[in-house]
Amino acid sequence: MSLILDKVSHVYSPGNAYETVAIKDAIKDVSLKIEDNEFLGIIGHTGSGKSTLIQHMNGLLTPTSGTIYFNGKDTSEKDFPKKELRSKVGMVFQYPEHQLFEPTVFEDICFGPKNLGLSKEEIDDRVYEALRLVGFPEDLISASPFDLSGGQKRRAAIAGVLAMKPDILILDEPTAGLDPKGRDDILDMIKDMHEKTGNTVVLVSHSMEDIARLVDRIIVMNEGQVQFDDTPKEVYKNYKELEKMGLRAPQITYLMNDLRSFGFDVSTEATTVEEAKKEILSLYGKN
Amino acid sequence: MFRELTIGQYYPGDSIIHKLDPRVKLMGALVFIVTVFLANNVFSIVVVTAFLITFIALSHVPLSFMLKGLRAIVMLLVVAGIFNLFLTPGNVIVQFWIFRITDVGIKNCIFMIIRMTYLIVGTSVMTLTTTPNQLTDGLEKSLGFMNKVKIPVHEIAMMMSIALRFIPILVEETDKIMKAQMARGADFESGGVFKRAKNMVPILVPLFVSAFRRANDLALAMEARCYNGGEGRTKMKPLSYNAYDHRAYVIEGLFLAATIVSNILYNRYVSDLFANMLGM
Repeated sequence: MSLILDKVSHVYSPGNAYETVAIKDAIKDVSLKIEDNEFLGIIGHTGSGKSTLIQHMNGLLTPTSGTIYFNGKDTSEKDFPKKELRSKVGMVFQYPEHQLFEPTVFEDICFGPKNLGLSKEEIDDRVYEALRLVGFPEDLISASPFDLSGGQKRRAAIAGVLAMKPDILILDEPTAGLDPKGRDDILDMIKDMHEKTGNTVVLVSHSMEDIARLVDRIIVMNEGQVQFDDTPKEVYKNYKELEKMGLRAPQITYLMNDLRSFGFDVSTEATTVEEAKKEILSLYGKN
Repeated sequence: MFRELTIGQYYPGDSIIHKLDPRVKLMGALVFIVTVFLANNVFSIVVVTAFLITFIALSHVPLSFMLKGLRAIVMLLVVAGIFNLFLTPGNVIVQFWIFRITDVGIKNCIFMIIRMTYLIVGTSVMTLTTTPNQLTDGLEKSLGFMNKVKIPVHEIAMMMSIALRFIPILVEETDKIMKAQMARGADFESGGVFKRAKNMVPILVPLFVSAFRRANDLALAMEARCYNGGEGRTKMKPLSYNAYDHRAYVIEGLFLAATIVSNILYNRYVSDLFANMLGM
């Protein structure tokens, strides 16, 4: 299972008189490879091309130039099975609860697997499995999705994509519009699910804090191009450049850099509160 | 998929037509429609064509933009043209099998196509040079007299501007929902009419839900700003006429008069001439 983007560019076609004024490449010469079982973060300022990029990954958009290979096959070829690509690369859009439409949560989650043409038993199995994975309370499965709370709606919507058992799961800002508790819950749920299923997960966000403690690798997008593509520690070393792009490293990076500039001998590589705590304690010989 | 929609679209610019008061342009569109239907001979069609070309040139909107609107009615033009051509009684000119083409048929067909084309192009001169907000402002003010007979003109104008404002938002929303459902394996392209209609449910339900949610939010925001309808409400940019607008009204009047005069002239002198020629 592999997804490779080779020099992919995309230009939105001008639609009306307004758009002809400020037309530019939405993404430009993006090359990247998504490895098996990895947890990848894509980060970038609003309008940096994140959403355009991920829509190429499951064939909703086709590149203006460049090629996308899925399992070694060119996705732009005429006989390429787009439907299969979309079932293998699951996409959870921003505010996924806006896609709910069936009278009950259960039926809504059935929608994806049903489109795959599975048997009734298989569909039921998958729905319950997906609901367990997202930690959705079982007594609410026959409730109307419109009666749920914001966090639960989102879980139900994510379950709707998970039930298709994608090999690669892409989540576009899954925590947008949630309160801090809801945000942590959803992120923990995603991490849990990644560990349980071993799926490849691509998490799109503009919060470094969210991404820092979860992902193995970060891709930083700026003005439609890949600016950094490395482990979080390496990316955060460039925190000054990140600021120029309207982003920032996690607060811990700033703290450790400040400490160091005040003459404390700490490593600036810590990216989470736990690592920082360990680092500072070790300074006082307590390990 | 909705990007081809150009009827009712605004083309930004600062031509003399753009700057006119929307009431002038509304009246202009009305006068234009009347003249297009009054024009029933070569003379008056030439007059209308001359005025239309002048308006288009003055508006500085590319002609291709005007003609885009025609694509939507090409089918209608063809069907209506064929019906007029073959089914009008009159002096038979060509006949084969069960089809007959008459002199009146040819005339009707040509005039019908010219009229429909002019109607679309002429009214797009107005919509392309006037923002939807100006247009509803103009309507509200010109129809203000209807308040006297208890027709809530302001409220109707407000509804129109809200509807126009939300078209692009709902188009974008539809696009998003479609993509989300396509990612879940929905198929909107294959199947018969009934299957396709059924496949629209996953789009329509979320779209309605979101439209209601937006309506609710907007109503709340309006109430929070103490909106309570048209009575006693003033405008930030009240409409007022200037010298150009007055001149434009005079030109509109002249346009209407020129069409009527050319009709009269044609009927008095030229039509007899043709009739005599055909009679011989």
